[in-house]
Amino acid sequence: MVALSQERLVSSADAPARRSTPPSFDRLFRLASLASALLVLIVLLGIIGSMIYGGMPAFREFGFGFITSSVWNVNEDQYGAWVAIVGTLTTALIALVIGVPLSLGIAIFLTQLCPPWLKRPVATTIELLAAVPSIIYGMWGLFVFAPLFANYVQVPVSNIVEGMPIIGTILYARTPSGVGILTAGIILAIMIIPFIASIARDILDQIPSVLRESAYGIGCTTWEVVRNVLLPQAGVSIIGAIMLGLGRALGETMAVTFVVGNANRLSGSLFDPGSTIASRIANEFNEAIGLQLNALMALGCILFLVTFTVLVLARLLVSRVKVG
Amino acid sequence: MDIALQHQASTEPTTAPAPWGRVRRSRHVADRALKIICTLFTVLGAFVLGWILLMLLVEGIGGLSPAVFTETTPGPGTQGGGIANAIVGSLILTFLGIVVATPVGVLAGTYLAEYGKSSKLAEVIRFVNDILLAAPSILIGLFVYMLMVQPMGGYSGWAGGVALAIIAVPVIVRTTEDMLRLVPGSLREAGAALGAPMSTVIIKISWKAARAGMVTGVLLATARIAGETAPLLFTALNNNFWFSPTLMGGVANLPVMIFQFALSPYENWRELAWAGALIITMSILALSIVARLLLRKDKVR
Repeated sequence: MVALSQERLVSSADAPARRSTPPSFDRLFRLASLASALLVLIVLLGIIGSMIYGGMPAFREFGFGFITSSVWNVNEDQYGAWVAIVGTLTTALIALVIGVPLSLGIAIFLTQLCPPWLKRPVATTIELLAAVPSIIYGMWGLFVFAPLFANYVQVPVSNIVEGMPIIGTILYARTPSGVGILTAGIILAIMIIPFIASIARDILDQIPSVLRESAYGIGCTTWEVVRNVLLPQAGVSIIGAIMLGLGRALGETMAVTFVVGNANRLSGSLFDPGSTIASRIANEFNEAIGLQLNALMALGCILFLVTFTVLVLARLLVSRVKVG
Repeated sequence: MDIALQHQASTEPTTAPAPWGRVRRSRHVADRALKIICTLFTVLGAFVLGWILLMLLVEGIGGLSPAVFTETTPGPGTQGGGIANAIVGSLILTFLGIVVATPVGVLAGTYLAEYGKSSKLAEVIRFVNDILLAAPSILIGLFVYMLMVQPMGGYSGWAGGVALAIIAVPVIVRTTEDMLRLVPGSLREAGAALGAPMSTVIIKISWKAARAGMVTGVLLATARIAGETAPLLFTALNNNFWFSPTLMGGVANLPVMIFQFALSPYENWRELAWAGALIITMSILALSIVARLLLRKDKVR
């Protein structure tokens, strides 16, 4: 045994100390990692570049009027983005109004009220909402939700508010079909719940439990702990989580395409069909040629700038939720 | 002091206090309301998931038959048919996307966690990665259309695979980095102390220690891209035939097939769309659950 190991020592004496991996592999590995990381950067730049390049002819043709014009006429080659922009912002806003309280409620339930044994199943269930493909939400919205919504919400509400000032316009359905801006907003609200809820839960989990315990110690109720201790502590990060949800809602395509109605019409009513930037691109892109293609690209460019801004703000507000 | 409480106290001085104890009633009500509303919201979330799954089962199971898995998608107005080409097409596109995305994502995540750490460049890439993670997928479709479909002169499965890869990379980068950061530094130091170069330390120690988490990342990325529709609309498109072996021209795939068939006027098309929706959702949910079970920790998205 001794002889064997001595023999080995002798044989390896003149070989370099590192045999398994030559230094060149080490450098190669480092370079490959760096290149992959840079690729991520390049892809984002490529997306920006291609949107601007593709949309340029439309911006040059219509100038600033492209954003403010609400005409979208394929036959006369006149394009304006206003209807789609308004539709995108309205649906996203509705999604936030409905989705944020729901998500915060779920996050509070998971962190404060839920018995420990129930935590994991409930958290998984909510996260699975994010795994359902958006096209399935679209089918659910169109075939299941929209008919119910038309029968039990649109028709009665329209009957009640008919003739009233302002509300009579906003909540009046001329043709109660169930599809429209409000339906799209509701579906989006459900789709952004898992994203906001899971970040909000992580944020609430990170607040030192000493804070919570001392509040309970002086006799606060759960509501008071949440309202006066947890929410002020989480504050800005929660807004970041909401912005992240907003980013999702702005760019969601397939579900919205199913239920928004795809009409190029600016209507005062939330029950009326409209369109969003993403739904218009999805609907028209494959048949588009010439200037229409460029106009759709320009729409994509606007969508990118808006979501980019929102996501950057979100990222700045929500300090990266740390793992472990 | 609340009037109700005073009243109760004056009439029955010896019995137990009101159900809200010595807490002012409005505080008790606010607390109760919070608890009930939060529970209701959670139940609502679970209810919607259950409702969607139920809808898929009710509508989809009727459409399932052996023909669904053996025949190609029917043309307009023809009877019967299946979605075999769409299923195989989806598998191929997802596989392509993951095969491209895994090495890039793992290496980029490794760079962030092992080499770049908190350097300026790493911070920028981390930032960009987080934005790509949430960027609208339809824009990625447009990008790949400009990048590959226009220059190559037509829709192709390759373009679809690349579009899916771009969506999968940020997911893999994020999980890989997070998982590598969980590996204790002392393990790396032990490796380095034995004289191993950095690459060996990373491959044989860091990756090995973080293996389960990294596999989870890849599975989650697979689940994410398997159901993506928007980027495939402009890249792989869809058709009713078996695709050519070179993957040029439209490649049938489940999500776009569902999109086109669900909104069609033909009864058999809609049935196939439901069957496809059931198959794809169940596979994705199963994949997500497996990924979560694989990683026993509760901390990764």
